[in-house]
Amino acid sequence: MRTLIALLSGSLFGAGLFVSDMIDPGRVLAFLDLASGAWDPTLAFVMAGALIPMALAWRLTYRRTEPLSGGTFPPSPRQDADGALLGGAALFGIGWGLSGFCPGPALSSAGFGGPQVWLFLAAMLAGMALAPRLTALATTRAASGTG
Amino acid sequence: MYVNLQDWLAALAGGGLIGLAAALLLLGNGRIAGISGILGRAMARSANPFRRDDLAFLAGLIGTPVVLALLFGAPQIEITTGPVVLAIGGLAVGLGTALGNGCTSGHGVCGLSRLSFRSIVATGAFMTAGIATATVLRPMFGL
Repeated sequence: MRTLIALLSGSLFGAGLFVSDMIDPGRVLAFLDLASGAWDPTLAFVMAGALIPMALAWRLTYRRTEPLSGGTFPPSPRQDADGALLGGAALFGIGWGLSGFCPGPALSSAGFGGPQVWLFLAAMLAGMALAPRLTALATTRAASGTG
Repeated sequence: MYVNLQDWLAALAGGGLIGLAAALLLLGNGRIAGISGILGRAMARSANPFRRDDLAFLAGLIGTPVVLALLFGAPQIEITTGPVVLAIGGLAVGLGTALGNGCTSGHGVCGLSRLSFRSIVATGAFMTAGIATATVLRPMFGL
């Protein structure tokens, strides 16, 4: 049942990206680029549309004991914001602003977006693989007192 | 590209579907629909008890738009960015989402909706960086 729910959830998510046109990096960039002269607020509407059911869902989790397929709900979120969070988010934002792609839309357009999408995806996967190595490097340097 | 009532309704409807998807994953499986996290875990070699679920999610995320494209025609994917900048952008997105533990779905949709402090900070950071990059940096590349 877990796998079926996950499949359905991914499908609805992909459908949502398709219907909202968030898979078009041109439309995303038209939101992020404030000086384009053709500013497109679509992304804000998509986010608003998504936040409402999600906010309700979180409230429901506080009243229920466990998810439908068993297990546990996610723990309460951490309250600390560290350099990795800020730096990582900023770096992600830069990549997003350069390409108009973030992970979801890139995956959702992979099936028909052509080699440019695959290039982005390959680079994104490389970046994801690099992250733990960089973190380990930073940790060992900090521990040894250098850097 | 134009924005009219039909676009706004599509945006809200699409957003609603995304929210519904995330709500289903949360209430059904107790998982957060953060794409970067799901993808990262699915691709990682470390043990992942939820790998099958993560792969199923990704299959739906990638496959359903293909089906919709076959039924309704592929939407316009307007890419004005050249391959070098696309690769740099991809690298930054991959590295940044891994270090920052999330992206627009994880921090933006799932985190903001429960007023997570970390997600509010992260969303503020990537929105600011994204807007600054698209508004100021891209024109400098001639884009």
